[in-house]
Formats: sequence, C-alpha cells, structure tokens
Amino acid sequence: MSAGNRISAGLLAWGLRGYTLLLFVFVFAPIFFSIVFSFNSARFPTIPLESFTLHWYETIWADPDVWVAVRNSVIVSICTSIIATLLGFCTAYTDYRFNFRFKSAYLALVLLPPTIPLIIMALAMLAWFSKFGASGQLWSIIIAHSVLTAPFAMAICRLRLNQMDKDLESAAWNLGASEWRGMREVIVPFCKPAIISSLFLTAAVSFDEFAIAWFVSGLNKTVPVLILEIVQGNIDPQVNAIGTFVFLVSMTLVIVAQIFFTLRQSKTFS
Amino acid sequence: MSNENTTAASGHPLFAWTLRLPIIIWQVLFFLGPLLFMVAMSFFLVKNYRMEEAFEFKNWQKMLTRGYFWDSYFLTLGLAALSTVVTSLVAFPAAFALAFKVSPAVRRWALFLLIIPFFTSYLVRIFSWYVILAESGVVNAILAHIGLGPYTMLNTKFGTLVGYMTLTLPLVVVLQTFSLANIDRNLVQAAFNLGCSPFRSVYAVIVPLAKTGLIVAALFCFILSFGDFVSPYYLGGSKPPTLPILIIDTTKSGQQWPRAAVVAVMMMITLITIAFAAITLAYRKRASR
Repeated sequence: MSAGNRISAGLLAWGLRGYTLLLFVFVFAPIFFSIVFSFNSARFPTIPLESFTLHWYETIWADPDVWVAVRNSVIVSICTSIIATLLGFCTAYTDYRFNFRFKSAYLALVLLPPTIPLIIMALAMLAWFSKFGASGQLWSIIIAHSVLTAPFAMAICRLRLNQMDKDLESAAWNLGASEWRGMREVIVPFCKPAIISSLFLTAAVSFDEFAIAWFVSGLNKTVPVLILEIVQGNIDPQVNAIGTFVFLVSMTLVIVAQIFFTLRQSKTFS
Repeated sequence: MSNENTTAASGHPLFAWTLRLPIIIWQVLFFLGPLLFMVAMSFFLVKNYRMEEAFEFKNWQKMLTRGYFWDSYFLTLGLAALSTVVTSLVAFPAAFALAFKVSPAVRRWALFLLIIPFFTSYLVRIFSWYVILAESGVVNAILAHIGLGPYTMLNTKFGTLVGYMTLTLPLVVVLQTFSLANIDRNLVQAAFNLGCSPFRSVYAVIVPLAKTGLIVAALFCFILSFGDFVSPYYLGGSKPPTLPILIIDTTKSGQQWPRAAVVAVMMMITLITIAFAAITLAYRKRASR
C-alpha cells in the first residue's frame, strides 16, 4: 500500500469517527436541550440563554395534577414490571427447557406485541376494555403494558439462561431435588441478575409509554399522558421540567438494568 | 415426542404447564382478544353515538371510498418509506465505523449509549425538537450567526423526518452494527487482498454479507415510522393527517370507533405485507452469477 493510500485510509477512518460523533450529537441533542431549557427563564427558549431559574420546577412541584400523575405512573410501572417479568421469565424457561408442538406459535404469541404499532394496540385495548366496562382504570393500563413489555423480560431472561450449564439443573434432579426445588434453588438464583435487570427495564418502558396509556387511562392520567395534554395546549416550559424528571427516572432505571446486565456477563455461577 | 430421551427433558406435565399456561391465557385474553375484536369492530355500526354489534361493510365502504383516507394512506406510506431509506443511509456509516473502526470497548459503550434513548420519553424529545427547530429556535439562532436563515423547519416533511429519526436512528444503528460486526472478516480481507477498493468492498462484499440484518433494521424503522403519530402531528403539522393521527381523530372526537378500526386494519394489512416481503428478501439466497 502506498503512503498516499494509507493517508487517505486514515482520513477515511477519522472521517467516519467524526460522522459517528455527529450522529450521537443528533441523538442526544433533544435530551440535552430539554434539560438545559428546564433551568432557563425564557418562555420560548433559544440561544443565547436567558437567566438561570428553578421557576418551572417550583410550578410543577406545586401542581397537584403532577403529583397524582406521578403516583399513577409509579403504581403502573411497578405492577407492570412485576407481571411482565414473571410472564417473561416463565416463557424464557419454557423456551429454554421444553420442546413441544406449536412452540413457534407459542413464541410468536408472546413476542409479537412490540412489532404492532402502539396506536393500533391502543385502539384495540380501548375497544376491548370498554366492551367489558373496564376502561379508564389504572389496572387496564397495567395489563396493556404487561403485554407490551413481557417480550423484553423474556429476551433478557432467555439470554441469561443461554449462559447456563444444562448439567446444573440435571445435577440437582439427580441429587433428588424435585423440578420445583431445582427451579427455586438453581434456575432462579442463576437468573437473579437478569430478573432484576428485567424489572428495571420493563418499568422504564412502562413509565414512558403514552399511546396506550392515553387511550385507556380515562381520568387516571400517567405522567406521559399529562405531558401529552400539556403539549397539546401550547408551548409551556413546564414540559421541560417534567421531561427532565422523567428522563432522570427512566435513565436511572435503564442504567441500573444495564449494570445488572453486565454483572451477569462477568460473574459466572458459583 | 421422540426426540426427548429422558423424563428430565419432557418434565412433569404439571410443572411444564404451570409455567407455560399463564402467558398463553394472558396473551389470548389481552393481546389476541383485543386485536381480533378490533377487526370485528370494523364491521360494527354506530347509531345515535352508540356502537352496535353487527356485520356490515358500511365503515369499510365509507372509509375506502373517501379521498382523504387515500391521501393519508399514501402520505403515511411515503413518509415511512422515506424515513426508512434516509435513516438506513444515515445510520450505515456510523454502524460501519462502530463495527470496524473502533475498539471493542468503545463499541460496547457506544451501543449502550444508543440503547438509552430507546427507553426514555420519546414525547419529551419531540417537544424538545419542537423548540429547537422553531423559527426563533436554537438551529436558526446558530445559522443566523453565519448569516443564514431563518428556515422554516416545523410543519414540514423535514420536521417529520427529524422526529422519525429521533425514534428510529438509535435502534437502526444498533441493529446494523450487530449485523456488520458479525460478518466474517476473512472474506473482507480476501476481497482486499484481491485488490478490491474500500468502497467496492463495502457494496460488493460487506453489504451482501450483512443483508439480513440490514433489512431487518430497515423493517423495524418502517414499522416504527408508519405507526408513529407524535412526529407528524407536532413536527409535521398534520396536514393532511397520517393514518395514526386519523385513528386518533376518529376515535377521540367522532366516537367513530368502527371507522378507526378500519384504518387500523388497513395499517395492519399493509405492515404484514411489507414485513412478509422484507423477510422473504432478507433470507433469499443470492442468485449465482
């Protein structure tokens, strides 16, 4: 390879890295500006920035609607994450351990929901719950969110089970443990990091979901539904303050999930 | 079941079914049930603002003979297709860099960072773009410094596209990076040794090898863009509305749930067709030359 070629290859590599950096700027710009503007006094913020303020945080802090929405969101996320993780774990184990007829149909039934546009799920859920007089309840959001997030839980637990030595469970059975005891004392402890990771991740998805929640919630608004309604009115910098709060919550959940996810990879079963 | 040799593999039926059955019941009741009911609902009638169970083609007739439905349909299809092409092209150089030009540690961090936005509020990010792209927003303020603009970016297709990419770009980069990182490096090296130029090796060796992953990434991009209502509404101005906005308008204001169901079923049919075509294309063996 000639020197000129090597230089142009090097330039190309650096060009690609610079391009990738720009792409990250695009991805994180809205998050960054939302946080910056939440501390800015301008009603219609731009640069140069106006003065620093906590005003928007004070107004949302004093707003009882926000507190109700936060409470609703917390209830929905926690319940969703528990149900989804339980369902996802059982499915992951079933897929790991058993072969049976219609297994691919079974897996499709569990894994398909995230590929269906949320707005369609929202309409379907609204109609279905209304038919049984059950729309407008918090638990109808919980049910819908569990359907949506169970596949994520399944994927996380399934990846973990992939790393397990099949002989571990057989060893437990040979030593006289029942299948239930093997589940309790071998499988579940081995999957614990994945289960915790899945609890946090499904909670994060539920905490941010607005389409289904908006259709199904009725008067029991969650935080994203409240944001949606504020945004529909007009430009209101309060959204940046609520948004920053929402970002902090969901990023914390995702990062905690990720920490358990990587713990899982480094630590082997002992 | 002949392929299982011991009792250990098949398990006690009670144990197996206790783990298997709950999610089957759950998904039938709360996933399959709602979707099938929605299909049925598209044949229901609305009388005096009340829905009546029936089997009539009135809603279908009403929606499919209206010009505004088809305007929305082709607009949505076109926007989602545009988003898929643009996002795939914009993502590719970055995925290429992450797969081939950085260390594994950097790649891990980059993928981790790209996963974060997927789990954070899309709604708030779009609102943030609304402020950034406004007539007196950040982008125009920066452009004014170098003597350009102001440009109208809100209520345009450009705005919608920025919104779609906010939703899809991180996911597409992640999926593309995975598919590129998994291809056999020896083949790329062989092409290089045989005197293949870098650009030619990208389109003649790397892209065909990573084809399946690239198409799956594009398919996800299409599905997400096609079903999104936030970007076309807040950044695109919604004139004419896209199909998801049409569903919302019909459901929320008119109480015309059956007509909204017609739109939803049309969307499902379209998506299934496109997904089927994409998957066939993705797994098709390349014809020998």
